Amino acid sequence: MNISNLLKIALKALNNNKLRCFLTMLGVIIGVGAVIAMLAIGQGSKNSIKAQISEMGSNMIMIFPGTEQRGGVRQSSSDMQTLKPSDYEAIASQAETIANITPTVSSSGQWVYGNNNYPSQAQGVNSQYLAIRQRSVAEGEMFTEHEIKSAAKVCVLGRTLVENLFPDGTDPIGKVVRFGQIPLTVIGVLDEKGYNTMGQDQDDLALVPYTTVMKRILATDYLQGIQASAADESQTDRTIAEITDILRTQHKLRDDEENNFTIRSMQELAEMISSTSSMMTVLLAAVAGISLLVGGIGIMNIMIVSVTERTREIGLRMSIGATGRDIMMQFLIEAVIISVTGGLLGILLGAVSTWMISIFAHWPVAISSASVILSFMVCTVIGIIFGFYPAAKASNLDPIEAIRYE
Amino acid sequence: MSKEIIRKEIIRLDNLKRYFKVGNETVKALRGVSFTIHEGEFVTIMGTSGSGKSTLLNTLGCLDTPTSGEYYLDGIAVRGMGKNERARIRNRKIGFIFQNYNLLPKTTSVENVELPLLYNPKISARERAERAVRCLQEVGLGERLYHKSNQMSGGQQQRVAIARALVNDPVIILADEATGNLDTRTSFSILTLFQRLHREGRTIIFVTHNPEIAQYSSRNITLRDGRIVGDEYNDNIMSAEEVYRSLPEDND
Repeated sequence: MNISNLLKIALKALNNNKLRCFLTMLGVIIGVGAVIAMLAIGQGSKNSIKAQISEMGSNMIMIFPGTEQRGGVRQSSSDMQTLKPSDYEAIASQAETIANITPTVSSSGQWVYGNNNYPSQAQGVNSQYLAIRQRSVAEGEMFTEHEIKSAAKVCVLGRTLVENLFPDGTDPIGKVVRFGQIPLTVIGVLDEKGYNTMGQDQDDLALVPYTTVMKRILATDYLQGIQASAADESQTDRTIAEITDILRTQHKLRDDEENNFTIRSMQELAEMISSTSSMMTVLLAAVAGISLLVGGIGIMNIMIVSVTERTREIGLRMSIGATGRDIMMQFLIEAVIISVTGGLLGILLGAVSTWMISIFAHWPVAISSASVILSFMVCTVIGIIFGFYPAAKASNLDPIEAIRYE
Repeated sequence: MSKEIIRKEIIRLDNLKRYFKVGNETVKALRGVSFTIHEGEFVTIMGTSGSGKSTLLNTLGCLDTPTSGEYYLDGIAVRGMGKNERARIRNRKIGFIFQNYNLLPKTTSVENVELPLLYNPKISARERAERAVRCLQEVGLGERLYHKSNQMSGGQQQRVAIARALVNDPVIILADEATGNLDTRTSFSILTLFQRLHREGRTIIFVTHNPEIAQYSSRNITLRDGRIVGDEYNDNIMSAEEVYRSLPEDND
């Protein structure tokens, strides 16, 4: 018995029962379609989160003044006074694996220009902030090292501030705005970035030299944080270790003392967020996988019915010379044809529904070829596994009894 | 008789016994059956139900193996054969005809007749179709090659089944109550076909409980309680065709 004859026999048998065959297939079609659509949604949201994070700078490292106890009371990290400009300078001069670094110290307050005012942040940073956060100055220019050293009264406004302080469309460059009591000259306007994943308006801020914020606005000697970017994203861990060493030396910490600062990397955040979305993907795929399993059980169910119903036919085939193996192969091939055809149609259904989700629900989706290959392989295997028992049952029939079966 | 002895031995049974275990009891279906059938014989095997004729037929058809005794089909000992070997010998050497035709539903005559050849990898698709068409023409169904089995009368279906039994050019045709489901006139037309196949040199074993049929065969073996109680050669074979012609065409 060669394969082409077996294939012919199996196709003929399926053709004799088109409706049943299609309904059985439907289980697999829906199962595979669901797996593909769910994985596409999961992968899509993962991709979009990744894209947003890398837009924020995926090699970013944030240093906060950290846990220091004062008489048993833990302080909020922005009130902590452990990071000094000298720490920043030490890191900037000693760390080899960082690309850019900026101290951060910010103050919130009312921005005023003429009759207009708007509450926002004054972010005290240096010019490397732009490179770290992947921002740029759209109009005018960024403040210089010289302006930082002299704590110059200048600022670079975000788009939201510009719109609220200059609603009539006046060019803000060169105008003097007030932050609280401090007059600041607008020397530039930041590019527009819109809202981030967390719903924050990334244009609702103004950049001011950090020295200006420290000396003229807050009158403090301490930094609220330091932001840096690793030269090599894949070596963020090394960079963190390097910074930790420098800061411990700076802070003269003994080996048994814990760090009085905290270092977070964007990569950690990215991993956290993407692990959440991976879990969601796994959950979705598991639910879809269950429906694929149910589809497989459907195949087994129908094949068992089919074997019982066709007992006489099996008896006849055996009488005229079919071996047990021939019968087994026939039913196995029938099951595999159902599952493989169902799998192919399921891939089609998955692709169509994914496309519809992206069109109508505007969800980010991405069909990976791995998910297509995987679900196709799974449904072939399901066909073999769930077809095996009925096929074995058919091949073990006694031809004498089978042919007289009523 | 002397003529028969020169002819090739197709079947030789040597003290064939077949016992079944049913619970604690042993049912002795065949208690020592011996006979020889030569090429070109038309043998009817007769017996009431429980006489062991079904068991004998299953054994002759290589579906069942004897408990003891030897069975040679075309010179080959069947008793020691495994399942797959027996399937192969059924496929190459035996043509089965059943009481209820056992055609595949929703399948054309040609496809039904081709079926045994599908399980013989040596035969090409073209040869398969050619042989199926030739056999259908031989049984008088040249006009109904592509009719489906459910579109045909009982007599026509049995003719398809006979064509299917002929298609592998078997050494022996085994018919199990082949006219049992048919009306008298159709029965005689089928018997006429059997007689023609016999004249053409086919070896036929026809198992039946209908004693009338013995008159149309060349030899009649009677079974009772698992033993042969009669084995007669029929020198005066009646013509089924004559009876068929004498019957009125409209039976109802």
